[in-house]
Amino acid sequence: MGSITLKQVTKSFGDVNVIKPLDLEIKDGEFIVFVGPSGCGKSTLLRMIAGLEDTSSGNIEIDGNDATKTPPAKRGLAMVFQSYALYPHMSVRNNIAFPLKRAKVAPAEIEAKIASAAKILNLGDYLDRKPGQLSGGQRQRVAIGRAIVRQPSAFLFDEPLSNLDASLRVNMRLEISELHKSLATTMIYVTHDQVEAMTMADRIAVFNGGVIEQVGTPMELYRNPVNRFVAGFIGSPKMNFIDVKPVDGDPTRSIGVRPEHLKVTQEQGLWTGKVGVIEHLGSETFLHVHVDGVGTLTIKDDGECPLQYGDQVNLTASQNKIMHFDKEGVTLASLSWGDNAVVAQ
Amino acid sequence: MATTQSRTLARIMLFPSVILLLAWMIVPLCMTLYFSFLDYNLLIPGNNDFVGFLNYEFFLTDPAFIESFFNTLWLVGGVLLITICGGIGLAILLDQAIWGRNYVRIMVLAPFFVMPTVSALVWKNMFMNPVNGLFAHFANWLGFAPVDFFAQIPLLSIIIIVSWQWLPFAALILLTAIQSLDREQLEAADLDGAGPFSKFYYIVLPHLSRAITAVILIETIFLLSIFAEILVTTSGGPGYASTNITYLIYTQSLLQFDVGGGSAGGIVAVIIANIVAIFLMRLIGKNLED
Ligand SMILES: Nc1ncnc2c1ncn2[C@@H]1O[C@H](COP(=O)(O)OP(=O)(O)O)[C@@H](O)[C@H]1O
Ligand SMILES: [Mg+2]
Repeated sequence: MGSITLKQVTKSFGDVNVIKPLDLEIKDGEFIVFVGPSGCGKSTLLRMIAGLEDTSSGNIEIDGNDATKTPPAKRGLAMVFQSYALYPHMSVRNNIAFPLKRAKVAPAEIEAKIASAAKILNLGDYLDRKPGQLSGGQRQRVAIGRAIVRQPSAFLFDEPLSNLDASLRVNMRLEISELHKSLATTMIYVTHDQVEAMTMADRIAVFNGGVIEQVGTPMELYRNPVNRFVAGFIGSPKMNFIDVKPVDGDPTRSIGVRPEHLKVTQEQGLWTGKVGVIEHLGSETFLHVHVDGVGTLTIKDDGECPLQYGDQVNLTASQNKIMHFDKEGVTLASLSWGDNAVVAQ
Repeated sequence: MATTQSRTLARIMLFPSVILLLAWMIVPLCMTLYFSFLDYNLLIPGNNDFVGFLNYEFFLTDPAFIESFFNTLWLVGGVLLITICGGIGLAILLDQAIWGRNYVRIMVLAPFFVMPTVSALVWKNMFMNPVNGLFAHFANWLGFAPVDFFAQIPLLSIIIIVSWQWLPFAALILLTAIQSLDREQLEAADLDGAGPFSKFYYIVLPHLSRAITAVILIETIFLLSIFAEILVTTSGGPGYASTNITYLIYTQSLLQFDVGGGSAGGIVAVIIANIVAIFLMRLIGKNLED
């Protein structure tokens, strides 16, 4: 079991309100990702769930029981820290055994649990080494090993991959997802990287300035972001935003179109501009096109793009891929748009 | 930095100061060694005959030597024990977020800046005096007979005074070490179900091991040569009860004007210090590696 419910939870450090009243339900077995720019309170909320930070007001329920005042060790949660927080003076084996020894588990059972964790995480070869003798990825695995032997009701990860290099990060991402599938335990995963969020999550909670902007599956957030912030945060490269002149009867103040939905066309398009920097990634190409009066638009084209720096291009996008935002940045349903909604400047 | 040329250049540049430092050490050492083989007493002018190991024989077979040798070990060991244990406790206290923490830290450091003679005098006259001392008043108030510290427990009294002086040093070094402990390790231990004692024993103490080693090595060097505190309080007495090697050499060479005997004692002290150093490095020096 591992369902966690946050009810009107807040956190202040002195006068600074880091978490505004916040409600969230995390289902048992779910992989939920907290994503948002750094400093928006993700780690703080995770630490509150873990019990490392007091909750200023509101309630945290774990499996239906109020755990707001429960000490960390009694919550049955395990956390993997960004710095791994391994005990440097203990061997890998003792690091993993530490929580079990504190819980007075029988030595034979400890051995069995270490062996099974070592098997799952491929730790076998370096059980007797000290953390200082391991690479970043191996340390990460040890930290996860220390978490899984306790058989917690939920795992908490705080940016666990941010200290790894890019290729290792992709591998560990897969391993953690794999682990989630095999253990089927609730996981709360904090990251500022929307790629990690999109690829790993069952559901994503997008944070901004201490509030949750939107919660949903990755594709829900991609297709139907509730506001400009979520639209800009989810998706890579970032969505293009274009301010539009107010028109009577149409609340649209800006429109957004994702780079992958912008097309270069021979015919008359919506915008005309000059090609700036071209980034070839092999399988795809990112074009940065300067459009007068609009700014720079990013276009995701296919790999074999023949365009050159300085070329004049027409750009278009189908109407149903263009999002409209009002002056607060809230996404507008298509019903409220006027006829001339898309035409820019 | 790493080319052969730059390394050679670095050695050449270092050469003069290394020579200077070496001479600074070697010349007095050689002179002491030379004097230790002479019959050289300032009260008996003569032609300072070469007497072989006679001075050493006198020094080592003197009953006072054995006693002062063990006094030295007790003094060093006792002060180390008190300053390390007390220092860890103080460091943990000072690491807590208490009001006015910065002022408290400076206050705690104060004894280290008091000159040994001054602090010994303060202890002798203000605290440990059997008639007027605060401890005597306190004992009287409780209805006990006051302790005459320097007559009844001379060595322990000196250990207390010296510990008081060195406690801030140990506490400060250990405090900086505690502050460099990764807080996430403690939080991870919290989640792992470790209580305060487990956290101290399994995480804080191993983290401090290197700092503790440094404190032991540094303090030992200074504690082997404690002198002012003894001179000011007990003058090594009663009998030889609070005489350490350093003080014994002083009584030999300066009170008896026996340069030869004092020099032999000095050489013996150097040898003892080296034995202690080698012993310590073997025992705990590995903590300083890696
Ligand atoms: N112990 C603390 N005292 C005061 N402010 C803090 C403390 N911890 C975090 N904050 C503040 O709370 C905000 C959110 O921090 P954090 O949760 O670490 O953000 P994130 O993990 O999303 O990057 C930041 O502005 C940070 O400065
Ligand atoms: Mg964070």
